[in-house]
Amino acid sequence: MISFVLRRLASAVPTLFIVVTISFFLMRFAPGGPFNLERPLPPQTMANLMRTYHLDQPLWSQYLTYIGNAVTGDFGPSYIYKDNTVFELIGKGLPYSLQLGGYALLLALVGGVLAGTIAALRQNSAFDFLIMSVSTVGVTVPNFVVGPVLTLIFAISLAWLPAGSWGDGSLRFLILPMIALALPQLAVFARLTRGSMIEAMHTDHIRTARAYGLPSRVVVVTHAMRAAMLPVVSYLAPAAAALLTGSAVIETIFTIPGVGRYFVLGAINRDYTLVMGTVVLIAIFVIVFNLLVDILYGLLDPRVRHD
Amino acid sequence: MEENKETILSVKNLKVSFSTPDGTVEAVKGIDLDVKAGETIAVVGESGSGKSQTMMGIMGLLAANGAVEGSARYRGQELVGLPLDSLNKVRGARITMIFQEPMTSLDPLYTIGRQIAEPIVHHRGGSFKEARVRVLELLELVGIPEPGRRIDSYPHELSGGQRQRVMIAMALANDPDILIADEPTTALDVTIQAQILDLLNSLQARFGMAVVLITHDLGIVRHFASRVVVMRRGEVVETGTTADIFERPQADYTRMLLAAEPSGHKPAPADNAPIILEGRNVAVDYATGGGLFGRSAGTFRAVDGVSIRLRQGQTIGIVGESGSGKSTLGRALLRLVPSSGRYNFETTDISDFGRAAMRPLRRELQLVFQDPYGSLSPRQTVGEIITEGLYVHEPQLSRAARDKRAIEALREVGLDPAARNRYPHEFSGGQRQRIAIARAIILKPKVVILDEPTSALDRSVQGQVIDLLRDLQNKNGLSYIFISHDLSVIKAMSDYVVVMKDGKIVEEGETEAIFEAPRETYTQALMSAAFTA
Amino acid sequence: MTDILTPAALPPETASRSLFQLAALRFRRNRAAMASCIMLVLIALFSFVGPYFISHSYDQVFPSYVSIPPSLEPRPDASSLQDVMESVASRARVELKEFAVEGQIFTATVTSDKPVDPRTTRYFDRANEFDGTQVVATEDDGRTLKLTGSVSREYFLFGTDSNGRDLMARVMLGGQISIAVGLLASLVSLSIGVLYGATSGYIGGRVDNVMMRFVEILYSLPFVFLVVVLVVFFGRSFILIFLVIGAVEWLDMARIVRGQTLTLKRREFVSAAQALGLTDWQIIRRHIIPNTIGPVVVFVTVVVPKVILLESFLSFLGLGVQAPLTSWGALIAEGANNIQSSPWLLIFPTIFFVLTLFSLNFAGDGLRDALDPKDR
Repeated sequence: MISFVLRRLASAVPTLFIVVTISFFLMRFAPGGPFNLERPLPPQTMANLMRTYHLDQPLWSQYLTYIGNAVTGDFGPSYIYKDNTVFELIGKGLPYSLQLGGYALLLALVGGVLAGTIAALRQNSAFDFLIMSVSTVGVTVPNFVVGPVLTLIFAISLAWLPAGSWGDGSLRFLILPMIALALPQLAVFARLTRGSMIEAMHTDHIRTARAYGLPSRVVVVTHAMRAAMLPVVSYLAPAAAALLTGSAVIETIFTIPGVGRYFVLGAINRDYTLVMGTVVLIAIFVIVFNLLVDILYGLLDPRVRHD
Repeated sequence: MEENKETILSVKNLKVSFSTPDGTVEAVKGIDLDVKAGETIAVVGESGSGKSQTMMGIMGLLAANGAVEGSARYRGQELVGLPLDSLNKVRGARITMIFQEPMTSLDPLYTIGRQIAEPIVHHRGGSFKEARVRVLELLELVGIPEPGRRIDSYPHELSGGQRQRVMIAMALANDPDILIADEPTTALDVTIQAQILDLLNSLQARFGMAVVLITHDLGIVRHFASRVVVMRRGEVVETGTTADIFERPQADYTRMLLAAEPSGHKPAPADNAPIILEGRNVAVDYATGGGLFGRSAGTFRAVDGVSIRLRQGQTIGIVGESGSGKSTLGRALLRLVPSSGRYNFETTDISDFGRAAMRPLRRELQLVFQDPYGSLSPRQTVGEIITEGLYVHEPQLSRAARDKRAIEALREVGLDPAARNRYPHEFSGGQRQRIAIARAIILKPKVVILDEPTSALDRSVQGQVIDLLRDLQNKNGLSYIFISHDLSVIKAMSDYVVVMKDGKIVEEGETEAIFEAPRETYTQALMSAAFTA
Repeated sequence: MTDILTPAALPPETASRSLFQLAALRFRRNRAAMASCIMLVLIALFSFVGPYFISHSYDQVFPSYVSIPPSLEPRPDASSLQDVMESVASRARVELKEFAVEGQIFTATVTSDKPVDPRTTRYFDRANEFDGTQVVATEDDGRTLKLTGSVSREYFLFGTDSNGRDLMARVMLGGQISIAVGLLASLVSLSIGVLYGATSGYIGGRVDNVMMRFVEILYSLPFVFLVVVLVVFFGRSFILIFLVIGAVEWLDMARIVRGQTLTLKRREFVSAAQALGLTDWQIIRRHIIPNTIGPVVVFVTVVVPKVILLESFLSFLGLGVQAPLTSWGALIAEGANNIQSSPWLLIFPTIFFVLTLFSLNFAGDGLRDALDPKDR
């Protein structure tokens, strides 16, 4: 097991390296730069800025410098938030995104699996149809619609919950953004669970369990659900990475100071270092969660157990 | 003597039907059946006879669109329509089942120990820990080596035969009254089949439960059952003691089934018949594991230095169990897999022929596969399928000429030429195999390699396909290499037999000699497994 | 099932059906899927043919009708016309005696102390609402004029946006753009994915390993992010948007096609084709591709809504097509910003957007069930 983890972490290094390289050059070959503002800066100021941020150096040397610094954890200063390094910005925003994303992930997973299981066991019933319709809405309605609609109903009309902002970080403030964030993923989990559960209920070993008089609860929970969880677990990695690294849309609508906004702000303002920082952050999350999910998968399925 | 025994399961007018988008399909059309204490009763029928669905119906295991009517009383208790709670007290405790597919019938996510313990815990109470002792005892009983270690194995770590033993252990766990064995050996190799049947036999002698053996294989029935029920198309054709059924069959269908055992033999070609295909020191390696960037874990030698020589008009039968390399050998002889060795076709040395060089020779060397469902592309019409070879080798043919050849080929294999406008999924297994044969012979080849061409077919259909192959051989002077695990088919088809095991030839010789006086112990074991069963 | 004794018998004399015909039959039985298909056709007709039936173009601005709510009544309504008429009359220094509107025609009677110059009609034409004003009759020595003319009354069934543009025309245009982006981007991802996946799967071995490793690496690039970066850096043209989305969405397609190809390669009919001497390319063309079409078609119905969502997400961030062009996503984003003052701006585009995605989902599910009937 330890050697498996080490091997996977070792193979993550080249992946991360390639991701950084692709992003770096993609961004730099595009026209424009961080200081090409609407009102052009005086040439002298421009030159000074370029020198300060080493943008006057040849591209390959900038690349090498960036890689060298990044290895030591130095992702450089942000160009738009001039007083902060990228590391500080992410460090400040990440806890908010993590907390909100964590709640949303929990909600999506538990809600989705529960709904999907019940729908599968009552296949083609009214409840099944309801669950599938609601989850289709969940997948199809973009969260920038769900967010404002929720706000309108629960915060403005009914005034049950606050309309936005982190507030004191208590659950009251998080409920609406959490629902808006979780809904699409909840819908995916529900559909996934329903599908794999229906498939699992048709397998030969479920027939064996029924033939041996095991109570329905045992057949469903011990045998069918464990098999049905395998695809759900696989989907957990992309879902977790997407939710925990923050959503630009939700954080904008509910004014939450997370990291999700940075990549849009960074991209629009051509803040190279901030953009690179977010790329690295997201890539690390994807890699780590893929690893965690593979370990979890191995625990669930002895056929792929890692020595 | 059997008549005196108490009837413990009494089935009256049982019907099983399935509702499909095309209407209701009656799989079982009102059958009667009695099972007496301690007897072995065989329910025999070909695919589609409803023999399995009868048992599934009684046990409440039908698919969601299935429905069962009529009556099935177990010791006076009606099972049809019994609430699930009460039914669950019977199944797994009083009546247990083992299934055809030992690969998929066990849950891959739990250890076998836990799965055997489950019915014990649920029917007798107690904890999994307490059940462990009983599980060890059961594993010992069904002949699993090292039960103490194996109890914590997962199904994928066991062989097919061992998995079926685990299923049997599970079936015995609660000392059942009736054990229903649904094609318990069909998916297993011949020698393993015999072992599993012996095991079932000895366990029955020891514990005295009744066994309901569902099978398509009359060979098994003769030696293991005391009574036989013959089913066809959802109805019981005939019921009787085993002796009566085999000695004095009443129904035509039963007689036909009994006669369907392939018979006849093939005379050897003249000694001076020219050699048409030859392989010397054929060896095939497969890479196993294969890691990223070519770090392959090792190689597995599927065929290991085999030499074979096929004469004009000869049929060489290659026998072996799964994994013996017999199919790979067939493909290597046709130069379809990378292999080493020397190869000659007629007088041409084809050892170094690549794919392009082989292409013109392909029309002379044809191949027919085992699975008539997988070997026909589902998206092409039968006409397109059988003329595909013409498209490659005689591209100058006009559409009409191709169609004419297709009609001829279909007639030759005994199919209505109208079949060429239809799609494979509209045909039965036997008909599909005829289509596959038509595809091979339309090119007028010299050599046809037949890879288990009859194994996926019902016995009665097997006989017809064998007759067809013989007929085609006589008419067109074909030479066959006939690959099969089924000794009776090999015996009927070939004049020379090669026995393979683990990629090597164990024994070879004239058919008579091999079947009458096998020299090697492995051949003897094969023979006894196949012909006593 | 059994063909005992009658080996040459053909299946019962029903019409011979290919697998596709069977699938089509099953699909037609699926009512939800059929309804979805009809809905999709209607929405497409609305978006692409609709503009020919309405008089407003998507970028036509009506300064007098800014942010008006949807109504089945033509604008302006009778009472506001009266107000307009009165103000016009006072500007023309005449007194309005009678005023009536019938359909697109108005009649008015104006009087004054002095004879009215017939050229005052110009005042009436100057107002947005009136046109072609003529004098029908002159009474009281020219002190009373009976006027008639046409009223330009506009229908805004969906209301107008904050710039005074007809929302219905905007929704139609948005539909055109969203549907076009969805289809074109799916086509791009389909082409790349099928080519890449089939090559990787069919060649296999080390090439396959390297190609799939590359896909894995692309998977760890945050893909939404990639789209944002590309769009921000390379501009926001329509072509670029669907190219970029397509270039990002092909990964799943490649995986699916590769998996299919690997399975098909092991099928016996491919071995049979090799034994018949077909070349690789003939095998791919005649056997592999026709047999991957099922799953690929199903997957396209998943990709199209995904792409439309992605485009709407870009639009929400202000990175979609540029004004005055618009897409459903852009309209929804605009509506979400004005949710309290003018909710119809959110409601109408959302209805079309959700209906489309909903229908695509159900049609896709139906297609999957029809092509891959597991419950048989």
